[in-house]
Amino acid sequence: MATSELPNEEFVLPKQKTIWDTLLRMLRRQPLGSAGALVILIMAFAGLFAEQIAPFDPEMENFEYMLSPPGTVHEEAGKVFYFGTDSFGRDQLSRMIYGARTALLVGFTASFCGAFLGLVLGVASAYFGGTVDLVLQRVCDVFMAFPLIIMALAIVSIFGTGVEMVIIAITIPFIPNCARVVRSGALALKELPYIDAARSVGYSHVRIIMRHMVPNVMAPFLIMLTAFVGQAILTEASLSYLGMGVQEPTAAWGLMLQGGAEEYAESAPWVPIWPGVAITLAVFGFNLFGDAVRDVLDPKLRSQV
Amino acid sequence: MKGIAPKLAVAVLGATFTFGAISAKAAAPEYGGNLNIVVGSKIPSYDGHIESTFGMIHPIRPFYSLLIRENPDNPASPTDFVCDLCVGSVPQGTEGGTKFTFKIRTGVKFHDGTPLTSADIKASFDKVVNPPKGIASNRKAYFKMVESITTPDAETLVFKLKHPSGTFIPAVAMPFNFIYSKKDLDTHGYTWHQKNINGTGAFSFVEHVQGSHVKGQKNPSYHHKGRPYLDSYTALAAPKMSVRLQAIRGGRADIEFRGFPPKARDDLVKALGDKIKVQESDWNCVLLASPNHEVKPFDNPKVRRALTLAIDRKSGSKYLSNIAIVKTPGGIVFPQHPMATPMSELKANIAGYSDDVAASRAQAKKLLKEAGQEGLKFTFLNRGVDQPYKIVGTWLLGQWKKAGMKVDQVVKPTTPFYASLRKKGDFDVSVDFNCQSIVNPIADVSKFLPSAGNNYANFEDAKLESMYDELLKAGTPAEQTPLLRAYEKRVLNDLSSQMITLWWYKINPHRSYVKGWKIAPSHYLNQSLDNIWIDAAEKKRQGVN
Repeated sequence: MATSELPNEEFVLPKQKTIWDTLLRMLRRQPLGSAGALVILIMAFAGLFAEQIAPFDPEMENFEYMLSPPGTVHEEAGKVFYFGTDSFGRDQLSRMIYGARTALLVGFTASFCGAFLGLVLGVASAYFGGTVDLVLQRVCDVFMAFPLIIMALAIVSIFGTGVEMVIIAITIPFIPNCARVVRSGALALKELPYIDAARSVGYSHVRIIMRHMVPNVMAPFLIMLTAFVGQAILTEASLSYLGMGVQEPTAAWGLMLQGGAEEYAESAPWVPIWPGVAITLAVFGFNLFGDAVRDVLDPKLRSQV
Repeated sequence: MKGIAPKLAVAVLGATFTFGAISAKAAAPEYGGNLNIVVGSKIPSYDGHIESTFGMIHPIRPFYSLLIRENPDNPASPTDFVCDLCVGSVPQGTEGGTKFTFKIRTGVKFHDGTPLTSADIKASFDKVVNPPKGIASNRKAYFKMVESITTPDAETLVFKLKHPSGTFIPAVAMPFNFIYSKKDLDTHGYTWHQKNINGTGAFSFVEHVQGSHVKGQKNPSYHHKGRPYLDSYTALAAPKMSVRLQAIRGGRADIEFRGFPPKARDDLVKALGDKIKVQESDWNCVLLASPNHEVKPFDNPKVRRALTLAIDRKSGSKYLSNIAIVKTPGGIVFPQHPMATPMSELKANIAGYSDDVAASRAQAKKLLKEAGQEGLKFTFLNRGVDQPYKIVGTWLLGQWKKAGMKVDQVVKPTTPFYASLRKKGDFDVSVDFNCQSIVNPIADVSKFLPSAGNNYANFEDAKLESMYDELLKAGTPAEQTPLLRAYEKRVLNDLSSQMITLWWYKINPHRSYVKGWKIAPSHYLNQSLDNIWIDAAEKKRQGVN
């Protein structure tokens, strides 16, 4: 019996891609998404290593240096207030760096919790159908009737302020949003033969939902997740700006903006400008990154790319 | 040369008199014009007897008169009262200080044409002092010493007191004691004035458009002859400070009576230069920190004293006065009142007032260690209002941190904040305040009494109660002052039941064509608007229509 062999000289393993190749490829294909990812990375780095990189204690009041412009030198410490100081003489740069930690903590926690709970509820709603679906969707309708900021404001008004409450306040409105999107994908999945097959071999509902349906709705889930992070950061900043979110002396961008926007916009513009820029960049970064993720994960858009 | 000196002197004198005459002429009040006021709070009702907000006083007070009031030409004085509806000077107490006889003006008419008599004033004070069951009166407690109010004739009103009291005359002068018509009270009932206006004030009511403005027009039969100077006034509702600020900056409003923060003043002055005049005054409002004695470890006086020892009031005054409406350190009595304790005595006798802050903080740490509370952690409850609550709150957190304490802050909007203070008691240490209208030291310090309804520190102290009883019955300032000092030391030092931070500071920038108004130590005072006039030429120069 004759066997055919591939000629050795023609069998060349493709060159293994390094991480740099992948990054370059992403940069070429998704330049805006890459810019977004870079902003997120910088934020993450600032948040994770705040203690190491912040020049001052973000809560340390230096009244002798109150409202000092950027570049002022703290004579005793021999350090520079690169971003100036606020009305309490606190270093703006250090508060910006620590503020990244607050933004990421709130942003990621709220969006992960909200999106994950929405994922489970959305898939379960589609899978079980009938009364369960009807009840869950009507509850979602009620929650979705309120704009995110209104719902969040109502929750913190009832349960109080602080980081934990802000996370809860932002998480709750995310749940129905994610559940609704995920459900629409899961409804189509539910009709596919492999789900019937899984049922017929006696798999439990939990196993079918978690192992067979959830992995197949990950694309919309991930897109929602990245979009939620930006929204959560913006909502946290809005709540803090309104005095209903994170409280002093915690460093948070919305709080920094609230403490300076009205009074110091003219006389000490560095007080509101830096946190404003940070919030804008963060939201912009997550949105760009989210769009890129969508482009990569959405088969229709991927083919266009 | 000999002849030149006398001629020069004559010329200088002549010039001085000429310019003096010109400036005196320029300073003569002018009639006419409309005054636009911006008001940063809502009007809950028109009834002064039940309200306590400047949101009502600023737009509504010009419609009403009082029996006596602060001297509008000297409102800065906390002890200068003059007759409004009475004649002559404010009466001195007779029969050992237990009887005050007021002679009432004749010819005064309510805006509906009803003549005013002593019966109207009696009916109004009866509503304040002894309201019928089910009718609220916010200032009833200030008149506990009143035994009876009688009207021997239409021009005489007599207050008989149970005992002599230094708090009586200031209490009568409170700007909320609007004089209503007896006819209105008898005909329409005791709640009619919540939604209707009929007074004897300098202005009569024209309209109130909810959320927009209140308008008043000149009362031609006002009892202070020649006044008011204005034709009308409009109180514009503007809850946001930035809106009020821009309204004055843009000429949409002429004045705001509550006060702006220092930075807003600086911005206005920078932008408008001589078009703005700024009046400033200490304010009869003080921010406190109240530990909840029912929560451990704040039941321990050592811990409470450590809290007050950690506060550097001197530097706080220096720096916070640049960013917040607070300034003057002091004790429990308004610092500009003759009975207030001088700073030298406070430094010597009261914990937390020493200039040696390092030593005070070392002592605070020592006390905490003795109490087994090294590195004390607690939550500070604050009110969700920027000026001055949140700013002073953040400063306090920094002060306590410098004495080794770890403090978090919870900020609540006004309603839940009060729920925590009054009902729930779910706080460790809270911001608190004592804001009064007329400076009435003995009445004002009742805030610190354990039995006071607005004392949120939740403690009992029989000695403090008896000290206050003694103080109430002291008839003269000479008797009252030492008792007040002892009471203050008991509150701030021995018990450290509450702690004073800084007294508020009132900053009123207004358009420089607004003349005749003088700042008072409270935003509730000198609001009849009858002495305000508008310099039309200056207004025109400023390009304001």
